Amino acid sequence: MSLEPRPLTLSSSPHAFAGDSTARIMWTVVAALAPATAWGIYAFGPRAAWVTALAVAGCAGFEAVFQRMRGRPVTVSDGSAVLTGLLLALNLPAASPWWLVVLGAAVAMGLGKHVFGGLGQNPFNPALVARVVLLVSFPVQMTTWSAPGSFLADGISGATPLGAAKTAVATAGVLGPAGHVDLWALALGAHGGSIGEVSAIALILGAAVLLWRRIIPWDIPAAFIGATLLVTGAVWELHPDRVLDPLAQILTGGLLLGALFMATDMVTSPLTRKGRWIFGLGCGVITAAIRLWGGYPEGVSFAILLMNACVPLIDRFTRPRKFGWVKEAAP
Amino acid sequence: MSAGRTFKRGGVHPPGEKHRTAAVAVEDAPLPERLVVPVSQHIGAPARPVVKKGDRVLAGQVLAEAVGFVSVPVHAPTSGTVRRVDVAPHPMGTPQPAIEIEADGDDAWAEPLEPIPAPEAADPSVLRRRIQEAGIVGLGGATFPTHVKLSPPPEATIDAVILNGVECEPYLTADHRLMLEAAGEILAGLQIVLHLFGLERGWVGIEENKPDAIAEMGRRAGDGGWAEVVPLEIKYPQGAEKQLIQAVLGREVPSGALPMAVGAVVQNVATAAAIHAAVVRGRPLVERVVTVTGPGVREPKNLRFRVGTPVRHLVDRCGGLTGDVAKVVLGGPMMGLAQHTLDVPAIKGTSGVLCLTRDRVRTAPAGPCLRCGRCVDACPMGLEPTGIAAAIGADLVEEADRYHALDCIECGSCAYVCPAFIPLVQSIRYAKGRVLSWRRKRGR
Repeated sequence: MSLEPRPLTLSSSPHAFAGDSTARIMWTVVAALAPATAWGIYAFGPRAAWVTALAVAGCAGFEAVFQRMRGRPVTVSDGSAVLTGLLLALNLPAASPWWLVVLGAAVAMGLGKHVFGGLGQNPFNPALVARVVLLVSFPVQMTTWSAPGSFLADGISGATPLGAAKTAVATAGVLGPAGHVDLWALALGAHGGSIGEVSAIALILGAAVLLWRRIIPWDIPAAFIGATLLVTGAVWELHPDRVLDPLAQILTGGLLLGALFMATDMVTSPLTRKGRWIFGLGCGVITAAIRLWGGYPEGVSFAILLMNACVPLIDRFTRPRKFGWVKEAAP
Repeated sequence: MSAGRTFKRGGVHPPGEKHRTAAVAVEDAPLPERLVVPVSQHIGAPARPVVKKGDRVLAGQVLAEAVGFVSVPVHAPTSGTVRRVDVAPHPMGTPQPAIEIEADGDDAWAEPLEPIPAPEAADPSVLRRRIQEAGIVGLGGATFPTHVKLSPPPEATIDAVILNGVECEPYLTADHRLMLEAAGEILAGLQIVLHLFGLERGWVGIEENKPDAIAEMGRRAGDGGWAEVVPLEIKYPQGAEKQLIQAVLGREVPSGALPMAVGAVVQNVATAAAIHAAVVRGRPLVERVVTVTGPGVREPKNLRFRVGTPVRHLVDRCGGLTGDVAKVVLGGPMMGLAQHTLDVPAIKGTSGVLCLTRDRVRTAPAGPCLRCGRCVDACPMGLEPTGIAAAIGADLVEEADRYHALDCIECGSCAYVCPAFIPLVQSIRYAKGRVLSWRRKRGR
């Protein structure tokens, strides 16, 4: 006679599960950021590695501290704090002083995440919250760009292409030499910028894995990049002497990092496909508007945070159509 | 890409796991010494016992009679002596009244109900009464009394009968084997149902992972075109009633309505075979085919068993459990019910005995929702499972109702994909109960 183990496991259906878990998703995104991180360290040197390590350790540490304070189990191993730390580092200049990085980690985990109740509850992308707090509080440190190592591309200044363009237009009225950007250098990552935003190729490589694994949706990046292209392209058609061409717009600043890895954050983006399109288009239009007419050379962080704030509203108006709620039959 | 038809929205693709038993012919399980026959094996009023302790009964004899229209009788699965009429463990979880029979081993049969050899000439009301008398319920697992489903109100027009041969639950192959081994009886059952509605033509929906069943059913149906076998895309829950109707007919059953609202009646293939046996041979429903399977059982099989056979007896017949079994489920992995003991009877609705080993059983705790949206994408009903779960988690019953919790068919697709391991189906089931009682209180 069969002897079953006692007790047998009792649980509600279903009894089968697809393989993914929160931790697996988080660590996969971390892995997908490896090429961009590696390029950042290669291009900006050991200083970038130090900033990255500090940001990751800082976020993991603050996650544990805040979870302890809240009397919650410590879940650093789920990778979400590590991912936030990595994204924060990739959004910082390699020359960031240590206290800036630590402060950023504290802001990301505290103001960005745990004041709202921790993982899944935060309306804003925590790494971007930290970046923007640092940017408005310490503008000098946050825009002190080191040029990539001279072995890469001689003569590229420490300024970002977007920053150089903004300055040129503000002082001379036209782009002048700042308008001459080498698209290949941009794609490869041989220009100034934050640690992780410079290499388009490395970012796309990592994002391809996430798209294939369906961890990020394709519609947000498509809408984000498409809208930025369209708006900046239209204005560039009118004022080619004052605006960087649309391809350069895509390849510079945090656009790819933002569109592929930040705007696609599950927690802070809409639930449905229609909602994700609206969200992505909004991000693109706001980014373009800030870059073209705003006071900052770069607008990706602000654009994503502003659209994060709209997510509950977007979700509300983009609910999926329920089965069986055909017009004529609805009660 | 698949050529098969399908429902439009949502769905998931769990591994089929049917290889263990798909090629294993149905085998008759030997009679157990004792059988426990619950009086409630269907949705509706439980049957009322008409035998008492000590009575001798013959196979096919009525043990408990139907109480009202939405009820069916239960019959003695074999000959023997009534040992107890009392509550006993039931697959639904709570103990239920049941009639325990000690089999005498003779398997002597009572006089069958009067056979109706030419159902196409019989009066539909006679046929419906027969289907009730024979104790037939939906064998796909829902166990709704079949005669009720076949008795739409006069204002409803039925123009489509669909046989459900989808068997979209992973692991299960009982319907698959039946279609291979008893295609003629299934189609004869379809003919009876068509006759009930005065229809000429019906459909049989089969998932494309059963090409041999599609071929066999098509071959048996012949060229007359009266029974169209429809290959369906392999996607769960293709066999859910509303989804099947959409896949086959392109019609969308309105929220809160029954299939008859779009002129459709759906019957499981095994139910069709049972209808044929009840009408043409006068046999009440006392046996069915079950798939005993999973990595936790030594020799997975498809077994034909008498209703009331203990699950333990069926598992023993399949070589017994392996050492690392951690969960036993009656039904399939997506909608089946976990059991706390093997000492429950297999009944009319038992389509599978699924023995899962420790490595397939999840015990990790649920984490917070990441808002990944996978449950929303997976829901075949267009619901937002995470929204319903969050609402009822915060005790917001009205909010759960506004999320259309009552439209949930409990297919399990949402919880299947949830990376945070949130027991969404359990939450939504709870929400449905709360919404219903809240609506009752408000007098709606």
